[in-house]
Amino acid sequence: MRKEYLTKENIAWLLLAVGSFVICSLLMNLGIINSYYQITLYNICINIILAVSLNLVIGICGQFSLGHAGFMCIGAYAAGIITKMMPNFGGFVLGILVGFVLSAIVALIVSIPTLRLRGDYLAIATLGFAEIIRILVQNMKITNGAAGLNGIPQLTSWPLLMIGVVVSIVVVCNYTHSAPGRACISIREDEIASEAMGINTTKYKVIAFVIGALLASLAGALYACNFYVIKPSQFTFNKSIDILVMVVFGGMGSMTSSVIAAIVIGIINMVLANFSEIRMIIYGLALVAIMIFKPTGLLGQRELSFKKLFSSRKGAK
Amino acid sequence: MEPILEVKNLTKNFGGLCAVSNVSMTINQGELIGLIGPNGAGKTTLFNLLTGVYEPSSGLIELNDDGQKIQLGGLKPYKITGYGISRTFQNIRLFKAMTVLENVKVAMHKNIRYGTIAAILRLPSYYSEEKWVEEKACELLKEVGLYSKRNEMATNLPYGEQRRLEIARALAIQPKILFLDEPAAGMNPQETADLTKLIHHIREKYKLTVILIEHDMSLVMNICERIYVLDYGKMIANGSPEEIKNNEFVIKAYLGEEI
Ligand SMILES: Nc1ncnc2c1ncn2[C@@H]1O[C@H](COP(=O)(O)OP(=O)(O)OP(=O)(O)O)[C@@H](O)[C@H]1O
Ligand SMILES: [Mg+2]
Repeated sequence: MRKEYLTKENIAWLLLAVGSFVICSLLMNLGIINSYYQITLYNICINIILAVSLNLVIGICGQFSLGHAGFMCIGAYAAGIITKMMPNFGGFVLGILVGFVLSAIVALIVSIPTLRLRGDYLAIATLGFAEIIRILVQNMKITNGAAGLNGIPQLTSWPLLMIGVVVSIVVVCNYTHSAPGRACISIREDEIASEAMGINTTKYKVIAFVIGALLASLAGALYACNFYVIKPSQFTFNKSIDILVMVVFGGMGSMTSSVIAAIVIGIINMVLANFSEIRMIIYGLALVAIMIFKPTGLLGQRELSFKKLFSSRKGAK
Repeated sequence: MEPILEVKNLTKNFGGLCAVSNVSMTINQGELIGLIGPNGAGKTTLFNLLTGVYEPSSGLIELNDDGQKIQLGGLKPYKITGYGISRTFQNIRLFKAMTVLENVKVAMHKNIRYGTIAAILRLPSYYSEEKWVEEKACELLKEVGLYSKRNEMATNLPYGEQRRLEIARALAIQPKILFLDEPAAGMNPQETADLTKLIHHIREKYKLTVILIEHDMSLVMNICERIYVLDYGKMIANGSPEEIKNNEFVIKAYLGEEI
């Protein structure tokens, strides 16, 4: 293996991922995380993928998207339909791939015309397209209309889910810390200057948007093959807002805070499960409070960084 | 000497306002040109036309790219930058929430040879290219004296250093032609003197053609070999600093008609 991969930070990250996996597995085996809590845990994992991928579009590239649930919907139905016909691991992989292809096509169709323009045209376009997807799904035969799909085989195992989470975070973080990622950040910071520095801004906005769409589609597939049932009503504008809340709440541009926000909001949702009306009010109030008191989100753009942690310890010696 | 950039009858209208009107210029390889004129004369608009921020209403911009004639009018800014034309901005446009070093790295984008897939999968090309980018960016920062501040956020730099970072960023493109829009604005005399040295230095070292807009007349008269004067969108004079100082149209434009 190349020595670049075996840095202290990377090993620390690996330990953190494996550690969380082992601890959660143990807690599940011991029954401390019972089947009720397990639903919350699985939801949190799927929400982490959704939040991190939306954060790439909004927080890193500065493009406002309001249709993330639409891509999740595509991924969920692609995996649901295909695994019902092929209820094995191969079918699952095929379902994920078909979801990728479909979401990539839709993402390109939505983003290329709108991202050529400066301004928030993408927000309006994504808002509309997500509704179109939902209405299509609600009226098509293959998706079983408003009743949705039942009896989707449960192919999402705990290890697979964890792999999905880790892969998504690694993809987004690797992308962010690279030349294309820097291009995206520069677009967020100043589009005119970015273009003057030789960056094809449309291209990099589209790339970020497509990566975000692919990961959302992955989250949808993991979701469908975990919860047996999917319905069009699960992928409404409200779901897109839920994801947006996690991104804004944690801090735009910080993946650490998206993960933390997904966990915290997941737990709050569980606690308030029986008071769903109150939940929306609390969300609303919390969002307004964040906008007023800490517009950059709870953590701002800060990231958990083992590199900084190690170097600051060295400095202290 | 061979012209590197030729501007012919360039015009830009904003609704009823003609910000740049029928302007022609010939810029030779390696020249250091000053562009002056009263506030609102259309200097920045002319830069914006030459760098693709605005599309010309009419007229031609012709670049001589090693013997090949290229029409720049109407091209997207990133394409024009790709031909080796870079600029700084009058109202500083740094990437504020990025570090000083990252600001320079962004500008090296077109010379980086790995793509999205290599970035995500961390292929060997990612590491070798990033290493080269890091070294080159540090070198440029040393050149403008900002190396010790490389890890600070761009927005935290004092004003004069932000202007110098903009120059470092423009150099990272490896330009042939460099447009500087009021590089000395807001600088104290010491900073202006340092800037003058810097402009001379980079011009020699990188064999640049430099065109600068400046209101600081001592700076312009001091370093420019040739000066163009804009007034109300029209090019009213063109010549050596001595000629410009004594040109009656220029004096009128600056001091007003009624003398
Ligand atoms: N995008 C625009 N839309 C409409 N009018 C504009 C636009 N940009 C510039 N102008 C107008 O064009 C004229 C020339 O402006 P410009 O910024 O080029 O002047 P300038 O010579 O750079 O002045 P200064 O020395 O103050 O920087 C001004 O009257 C300005 O108001
Ligand atoms: Mg100006």
